[in-house]
Amino acid sequence: MTVHSTSPQFKQNAARALNDSQLQKALGNVKQGFIDKRQMAADKLPEFEALRDSARDIKNHTLEHLDLYLEAYEEKVKASGGHVHFARDAAEARDIILKICRETGAKTVTKGKSMISEEIGINHHLEANGITPVETDLGEYIIQLRNELPSHIIAPAVHLNATQVEEDFRRVHTHLDAKRDLSEPVQLLTEARAVLRERFLAADVGITGANFLVAETGTSIIVTNEGNGDLTQILPKTHIVLASIEKLVPTLEDVSQLLRVLARSATGQELSVYTTFSTGPRRSTDADGPENYHVVILDNGRSSMLGTAFEEMLRCIRCGACMNHCPVYHAVGGHAYGWVYPGPMGAVLTPSLIGVDKAGHLPNASTFCGRCESVCPVRIPLPKLMRHWREREFERHLTPATVRSGLQLWGFFAKRPDLYRFATRAAMGVLGFAGRQRGRFSWLPMAKGWTQYRDFPAPQGETFQQRWKRERNGRAA
Amino acid sequence: MSARDDVFGNIRRSLGVNGTETIRRQMVQDRLERSPKGVIPQRGQVSGEERIALFRTMVETSLATVTEVASSAEVPQSIALFLRNHNLPATLRMGDDPRLNAMPWQDTTLEVAHGPSEGRDLNAVSHAFGGIAESGTLAMVSSADNPSTLNFLPDNHIIVVSAKDIASDYESVWNRVRFAYGKGSMPRTVNWITGPSRSGDIEQTLLLGAHGPRRLHVVVVRE
Repeated sequence: MTVHSTSPQFKQNAARALNDSQLQKALGNVKQGFIDKRQMAADKLPEFEALRDSARDIKNHTLEHLDLYLEAYEEKVKASGGHVHFARDAAEARDIILKICRETGAKTVTKGKSMISEEIGINHHLEANGITPVETDLGEYIIQLRNELPSHIIAPAVHLNATQVEEDFRRVHTHLDAKRDLSEPVQLLTEARAVLRERFLAADVGITGANFLVAETGTSIIVTNEGNGDLTQILPKTHIVLASIEKLVPTLEDVSQLLRVLARSATGQELSVYTTFSTGPRRSTDADGPENYHVVILDNGRSSMLGTAFEEMLRCIRCGACMNHCPVYHAVGGHAYGWVYPGPMGAVLTPSLIGVDKAGHLPNASTFCGRCESVCPVRIPLPKLMRHWREREFERHLTPATVRSGLQLWGFFAKRPDLYRFATRAAMGVLGFAGRQRGRFSWLPMAKGWTQYRDFPAPQGETFQQRWKRERNGRAA
Repeated sequence: MSARDDVFGNIRRSLGVNGTETIRRQMVQDRLERSPKGVIPQRGQVSGEERIALFRTMVETSLATVTEVASSAEVPQSIALFLRNHNLPATLRMGDDPRLNAMPWQDTTLEVAHGPSEGRDLNAVSHAFGGIAESGTLAMVSSADNPSTLNFLPDNHIIVVSAKDIASDYESVWNRVRFAYGKGSMPRTVNWITGPSRSGDIEQTLLLGAHGPRRLHVVVVRE
């Protein structure tokens, strides 16, 4: 079992999100910030598009040879004094981590930001076994206090406003002066820094994710702006890296290509503040760093995506650009998606990991506007993959009966071009005539889903095909 | 069957391979040995004064500050001045880097402590392995000479870098790492640092000094 999913209730989640004024205010920050910053960063680097091609090719090459790169990686980790553990699913990964924590005698565990740790629900598992997990990324810390899932893969608390964070800090940090001023975001940051500094220094084990694993050297890489992932791994006695199989890249040169597109696509930075390359435990020549180094490599359904259309999804480097540019994400935020991964990448990945029967709504929550694909640093054809899921959902008879019969009816006409042209011409003619006065309809039979929220514009009486023919003939003449 | 065997088995089944194919193995081995470079942005491909100027510009773009001194003998005075200008106490922690140890700290009033940080230091200085002009990044390698904790725990972090160690791109630094540690080997930690610590997690507002240093100051040594 992985983290509980509310993806089957996507429609209800979305309706609630649309009426949540706090959320709608917070989502304004996504639309404003991320898009412009990414564009500016891309414009400043003439080679950006070529680097995207290079990043895509590196990931494709690695996935095609994943078994061999994993072997090479494992060998290097062992040679540098580290340990590699393989986990078929979330439960195995949780057990491995718990076992390592127990062997270390851990009471508290600090955590760097890791989406995989959300995927396997490690926090609840540790808590249930008497170990306190402490999220240290500011956004993750905030949502841990609220017992929520991240709503964005790189900005976990993007759904919240500062006043909500202030309320949480006052509720939890009861050892501090109740009259303290927390009206400015920087005061919230300073308070979190002080509280978490003590947690960093006290932790017995540090768990981080990995943005990449390098086969050439047995290195795990994390990218942060806060430095929390570093304090998580260099202060405790034991560092556990939690990564999934597709994080592999061959060499340091390859990862340098990917790093050039990652931060630019995510936050519009040239490079994140801290890019950290960790190899094994501390050496005899080191004065600090962890004494033990463990890597837990999780499959959890990914190996079955190889060799299928969804293999392309395994190129994802989790930059978040797809959700930053998604009109559906802008409207409903990340929680509506109901599981760990939101936005377009979540709409493709979630059905692979928890099943299309549970997550079938997600690939349907797309206008296919194509912005996600146009900004994806590794050029994942997200709309195409969402369409694949829709097809599978249809094939498996998971689509509701009304939608199925509607599609079948449409299919009947679409396969008979003469009939289709006749029927649409007749319909447009009638609608155009009926709506010629007002120019719009506030009610139409069988179109309540549209007309209860907005008027339906009246057609001008001509079909697209008619007009196309007319205008093309006009141009030719 | 072990989890490891299962994961490998499933990967190979999905890919339609068995793992012993000579051509695949050769391709992988070849890539690991040759480490081909890919696309290198033109921006960093400059040398001499131009490269140092680019490095300085990019360091400032990352919201760090940068200064230059003519020789390593001038570093302690320069750091003392930086601390004074920011009304910071005249204390400084450092590792056992021979380059830093050889500097005339006794000519300043700075109170210098040695060894890794335990989380209560305000100021620290480290010597960089190299700099990267393309992005204004400092490359740090862990050792007792420059403990990794100094990069993250103090409020104010000062990094000394030799002008001759400022490279055009990341790939040049990897070549130097390979030369120093051997192909396929790495020090425990390599930190690329590009600016002071920050967070945008509260309403997407950029705030400096999240968990790591609030200030990053770079001293370029010309000599």
